Amino acid sequence: MLTYDTLGIIFANMHERSVMEMTQDRSMASLPFGGRYRLVDFALSSFVHAGISQVGIVTKNNYQSLVDHIGTGRDWDLARRRGISILSPYSYTSSEGNMAFHGRIEAIYACRDFLQHSLSEYVVLADSDHVCSPDITDIVNFHIESGADVTMVVRDPDPDPENVANSVAVRCDESGRINDIMFNRYDSSYFQSMNIMVVGRLKLLELVEEASAHAKTLFERDILLERLGELKVMAYRYKGYVRRITGLKSYYKISLELTDPRISSELFGSQTIYTKVHDSPPVRYSIGCDVKNSFVADGCTIQGTIENCVLFRDVVIEKGAVVRNSVIMQNTHVCAGAELDGVVTDKDVTITEGKKLSGDADYPLYIKKRSVV
Amino acid sequence: MKECVAMLLAGGQGSRLYALTQNIAKPAVPYGGKYRIIDFPLSNCTNSGIDTVGVLTQYQPLELNEYIGNGRPWDLDRLDGGVHVLPPYQKSSGSDWYLGTANAICQNIRFIDRYDPQYVLILSGDHIYKMDYRRMLDVHKASHADCTISVMKVPMEEASRFGIMNADENDIIYEFEEKPKNPKSDLASMGIYIFSWDVLREYLLKDDADPDSEHDFGKNVIPAILNDGKRLKAYRFEGYWKDVGTIASLWDANMDLLNPSRPFDVWAKENRIYSRPQSLPPHFIAEGAKVENSLITEGSQVFGEVESSVLFGGAYVEEGAEVSFSLLLPGARVKKGAKVRYSIIAENSVVGEGASVGASPEEFSQIDDWGIAVVGPGLKVGRNADIKANAMIYDDVQEGEVKC
Repeated sequence: MLTYDTLGIIFANMHERSVMEMTQDRSMASLPFGGRYRLVDFALSSFVHAGISQVGIVTKNNYQSLVDHIGTGRDWDLARRRGISILSPYSYTSSEGNMAFHGRIEAIYACRDFLQHSLSEYVVLADSDHVCSPDITDIVNFHIESGADVTMVVRDPDPDPENVANSVAVRCDESGRINDIMFNRYDSSYFQSMNIMVVGRLKLLELVEEASAHAKTLFERDILLERLGELKVMAYRYKGYVRRITGLKSYYKISLELTDPRISSELFGSQTIYTKVHDSPPVRYSIGCDVKNSFVADGCTIQGTIENCVLFRDVVIEKGAVVRNSVIMQNTHVCAGAELDGVVTDKDVTITEGKKLSGDADYPLYIKKRSVV
Repeated sequence: MKECVAMLLAGGQGSRLYALTQNIAKPAVPYGGKYRIIDFPLSNCTNSGIDTVGVLTQYQPLELNEYIGNGRPWDLDRLDGGVHVLPPYQKSSGSDWYLGTANAICQNIRFIDRYDPQYVLILSGDHIYKMDYRRMLDVHKASHADCTISVMKVPMEEASRFGIMNADENDIIYEFEEKPKNPKSDLASMGIYIFSWDVLREYLLKDDADPDSEHDFGKNVIPAILNDGKRLKAYRFEGYWKDVGTIASLWDANMDLLNPSRPFDVWAKENRIYSRPQSLPPHFIAEGAKVENSLITEGSQVFGEVESSVLFGGAYVEEGAEVSFSLLLPGARVKKGAKVRYSIIAENSVVGEGASVGASPEEFSQIDDWGIAVVGPGLKVGRNADIKANAMIYDDVQEGEVKC
């Protein structure tokens, strides 16, 4: 538990262009993941476990599903005096007119009122593209003890080219102080940023106001890299489960990895991940169903065959349907005799009788929300 | 002011559930994978628009109190009304435990009066059913009754196990018989009553003053109201209703959920049953597992075989283990090669490697010798132990030990 009041900020829309198919009418933060969660649940739950009781979610567009998911914040225990605030773009209206921000600096500058009114000592900033469940208390304590101005949470580098795109890599000295920052490039001697940062609240306001006055946009490039000499920017090395969603392919791969109990227990074993409560009843497995190696959320009815699948809530797999190597989102109905392999179905999809659809691990077939195939 | 306040009798010990109610009150007993018995009356209240519920607790209330909390899972955290846990308390004139169902309500007359209701709905915490109490209240109002009792038809040969209502062609009750030897009707009381509050209030005070009374609704208050010629109406309920007061009926009621003809539908989107969330990840069925005709809940992991069983949150079936016709309550674990049949394994208990719990009724020539085996909460059953059918386990069982 943190010993200083700390504020959490989550950027809901950053990186959503990388999974364009799935973010047409939702933000990155509200992308469904892991059977019953949305990506925002991971950062929110980590915050709550550290005792953070004030969180702002910075949104830009497409945030209706996020507003619906968060509600009052009570499912994360954030229906409190300060609690959770969704900072919609309309709250940034200023005398200069409504600003659609670009980049993190403008985004933070736009919600500076929220930061100014907070009484917190520190701010933890997180994006929604990483799936992980870090111990925020440990990260903030590291920040305080190291006397850093800014702490970046980093992981061991991953040479996967998809992961290198739009990534931030840092090099540090033995003390963990960052002495170089690189963009979109892999180097085995650089750690990769997890887009989670800690900074003092007043320091953040000062940095952002200064940068904004100089029309700067990118936090890592225009503030951190530019001022590495004078600012003490530290790297906190995170060694637990972490995956980054960089596109449909990686979404598919990371989802199906959860059918390995060693991997799912790494993600879910350390601290509870909270999410919106749906009151779905238990899963009903019928006589004659065949289920292998699958991760299944409540509310489903399984009469057919499923193998290597992640099933979200309230999915129906009818008798004679065969679903393999697929991610099936909430309320999908797979009718009798249909066969799916290598497919990602979005919410409320219906696959009618006898249809056969398949994709590949390198190119999964995505079926849009509310489609009837 | 509230039109109708519900009072939920949740103080029962549930002594016929033995090991399952050693440390918890009967309404807190788990049911159906992710529920507890009390979720049913509480969800029914909220789905019926009743937002003020007094829960009368007495026996082992700790877990039940914690579970109910501020009532938020059932939408019963209200500015005006909401759910209130009402334990017995000390008064200037002395103090008493709740002496009976009627006495429990009588001791809380002041609670009910605060809401100045026209009607009071009396519920109990040991039944599994879905009901819209508004329909019953409509009947109560339309028939100008003083008391309306919910009844359902039971097979005539079983009628002598229930409180039987003898009613005229307009369903006006003229006689009430508790467990009659020779029942005259097949209308059984479901233990759900609506009273006009002024009438009930008067009879509770009268009953309280009677030193010979057992202060029980069925035995004292309702007969007294009937004898005075008040108007008692039978409300006929058609649907699933089950008293889960015994091990056999609790097990049966869970197995009913697996019946393909589905007499009881918890999957329907309307009138959902709510429960306090455990926030567990989705469940996992492994490569070599076999699952058939079962209910499985979040947090469970299955590596072995599960057939015709209900797995509650966080239940774990290891490789090579076999679970059939059984309930694994939250956190129960069945280790490698163990066999669990026709059994209830309570919360967080562990069945050791190669152990056997319970047996199929087909192995018995005298069916009366057979019964569900129960392993109480938090226990360890040692390797290769053998727990026979009908056994009730209260303590750890050693390696290789045989228990009857």
